Amino acid sequence: MSGALQPVIVGAGPAGIRAAQTLVRHGLRPVLLDEASKAGGQIYRQPPDGFRRSGKALYGFEAGRAASVHAAMSAIQDGVDYRPETLVWNAEGGQLDLLQRSQTTTLAYSHLIVATGATDRVLPFAGWTTAGVYSLGGAQVALKFQGGSVGERVVFMGTGPLLYLVAYQYAKAGAKVLAVLDSARLGDQMAALPALLQQPAVLAKGLYYVGWLRSHGVPLHGGVRPLRALGQERVTAMEWRDDAGEHRLDCDAIAFGYGLRSETQLADILGCRFAFDALQRAWLPVRDGAGRSSVSGVYLAGDGAGILGADAAEWAGERAALALLADAGVPLDGESAARAVTLERKLARQRHLRIGLERAFPLPPDWAAQASDELVICRCEEVTAGDLRATVKATGATEINRLKALSRVGMGRCQGRMCAAAAAEILAQCTAQAIEQTGRLRAQAPVKPIPFALAEPKEPL
Amino acid sequence: MTERLRSDVAIVGGGIVGASAALALRRMGLSVTLLERDFCGSRSSGVNYGGVRRQGRSLVQLPLTQRAHGIWARLPELIGIDAEYIRCGHLKIARSEADMASLAAYRDRSRGFGMDLQLLAASTLRERFAWLGERAVGGSLCPQDGHANPRLVSPAFARAAARLGADVREQTRVDELAHDGKDFVLLTATGVELRSRFLLNCAGAWAATIAEHFGEAVPMVPAHPVMAVTEPLPMFMNLSLGVEGGGIYARQAPRGNCVIGGSRGFALDAERARPSRDAITLVLRGTVELLPRLRHAHIIRSWSGTEGYLPDHEPVIGPSAKQPGLFHGFGFAGAGFQLGPAVGEVLAELVQGGASSTPLAAFSISRFSPVPAPATST
Repeated sequence: MSGALQPVIVGAGPAGIRAAQTLVRHGLRPVLLDEASKAGGQIYRQPPDGFRRSGKALYGFEAGRAASVHAAMSAIQDGVDYRPETLVWNAEGGQLDLLQRSQTTTLAYSHLIVATGATDRVLPFAGWTTAGVYSLGGAQVALKFQGGSVGERVVFMGTGPLLYLVAYQYAKAGAKVLAVLDSARLGDQMAALPALLQQPAVLAKGLYYVGWLRSHGVPLHGGVRPLRALGQERVTAMEWRDDAGEHRLDCDAIAFGYGLRSETQLADILGCRFAFDALQRAWLPVRDGAGRSSVSGVYLAGDGAGILGADAAEWAGERAALALLADAGVPLDGESAARAVTLERKLARQRHLRIGLERAFPLPPDWAAQASDELVICRCEEVTAGDLRATVKATGATEINRLKALSRVGMGRCQGRMCAAAAAEILAQCTAQAIEQTGRLRAQAPVKPIPFALAEPKEPL
Repeated sequence: MTERLRSDVAIVGGGIVGASAALALRRMGLSVTLLERDFCGSRSSGVNYGGVRRQGRSLVQLPLTQRAHGIWARLPELIGIDAEYIRCGHLKIARSEADMASLAAYRDRSRGFGMDLQLLAASTLRERFAWLGERAVGGSLCPQDGHANPRLVSPAFARAAARLGADVREQTRVDELAHDGKDFVLLTATGVELRSRFLLNCAGAWAATIAEHFGEAVPMVPAHPVMAVTEPLPMFMNLSLGVEGGGIYARQAPRGNCVIGGSRGFALDAERARPSRDAITLVLRGTVELLPRLRHAHIIRSWSGTEGYLPDHEPVIGPSAKQPGLFHGFGFAGAGFQLGPAVGEVLAELVQGGASSTPLAAFSISRFSPVPAPATST
């Protein structure tokens, strides 16, 4: 039967690569689609040709993992139909719509593994659209991809493990890290300690970054609430407050983020069922322990279906591929059955451990209540918190898609990928609803913007 | 727990037709309860292209569309917002001499309805609308037609009706309806029992079920117009654009986004529709031909909706032929947005006095009965 099998994997990060590796090992030739020019995903992003920095410099403690994932990809190069710089912009009737070199094509699949990854979760603050303000992930990409820095004197702000990691990486790379401003408090981390102690490696890494930053004189502040980024053409200072009062730091860049959010648009277009995940405060496509979605033949792996981190993404990619093989009737090799059990156990444990991390770095619970009316929530459509509140007041909107239709929030170029989380928080706050009651922003094709010219008939070069 | 309500008029469907009827009825002083399965104006009334156009309509629609034109002129006064309504003109272009001849014939036949159609030669088009592609050999301009934001207009009619005292119930699906010899009795999924003397069937693409329930089946089929929108661009389209003989249609919203419609999508289920890849491709290709400067622009979103189409592409507006007290207003074949406010007024007139000042004969539901041929469709 395997002759009729055409598995397709979307995303060449740790989940997608391990999925591909597993399929190749069982004699299949998957198509591996990726938006980036080189495999590795965001976390193990590779520099362009000609850039020579060591794995240790690029990936730190994760250098071994990165090398292993890249090596896996190299080893299967001939067994995979790998298509970089390819956007999956739509799906319909068992076929994906691809944008590659300004042309659209369709690709049929018998089975599909969706490993679309994550982006920063953004909670806006006054001045966040000023030039020089970056997301944490964006700042990290600049460093990993081309060894670039977003500024010379950088303030890091937000919460989550990435906050300390990126600050550390910047300091190591020679940038002046002026401060790390965490919205969570030391108390949050202390309260989470019992849970964190169950994953000593994660805790040790976190403590290492904190210790390193401290010993290198980087001020670390907890319980921080941003006031505003200052500057006209470019950011010149960050103002914030904490229990001790109001503060100001002159800087030329700010990197901020509040954890990650899953890229779920493709899963949505594919018709996967979603459920609200209270821990991540997000609607996520439902998957079973093996990664099967609610749609037959569609599998979900990695952070695109809920944030569990890069290690778990590798396990989930491999597990989903094993599920695909079993569902397709491909004979599994001898160790696979036991391996599947091990992977599911590791994933279940990771989900449990995730509770500790979320507790250590909670979203600031008062964010929406404190957001001023002038605060821009949707930067594409320039919709402020006050616009959202006024719309709710004038129209009685209680649901996020309705709020979008009436206020334009999430209607712009990013289609809510950046602003939907914050808009939902504002909506929940001003309608006094639980966040899940505000509903889920529906995805619409294209997954990302596509040019009109893609539909022009091909001309010979 | 059943909540018992009573009003003079029950309206099923909170689209632009039902909401306009509710508003007109309240202005006449009748009590109204409007039941909307989802949110008012969230279906075709809210997701259509947004054309507010008279040009190109069938001759039998012209009195109605002209009446609507007058209502649109008073939009802010009626619904409290301008809803981005602009009378920028509607240009229908011809791609051949035959198309140009048919535009000329239409102009001649439609004289006397105040549209003031102007036939423009290719040279005039180039001069006045330099952004148009080369395919246009001429066109017909209706200077006072235009466009509006349907996402804002249609819900605002429902809110205006509610402000005047209509009982507007959203997320309230009607599960059962009947006439007990004296009143209409409607039961909703939310536990409401509504009794009324009159019933308005304004349920859009889902209205045939209600008509059939009262013994007058109509051959309405659903279809799904496709729209796409660009990121905001510098303003260049100073009018709304259509193509004689069909094709894409395009306008530029005040924020700068170009909204482009054309082709057909498919039904995801009984309630939801989605653009097909072929439709998106056709829209993109047609756009580059018609508006070459958009070649390197991006579409950021596409969508579709569910519209009801009758075989002659005319709506059903008027009294039921079977059930006294029941009035229909549905089946607008993808062109009901401009008409909606007038249809609401007409339905209110029918409720109040049994007759409308606007001719409706062409829209009678009895044009489909008696059913002549044996059923062959699925």
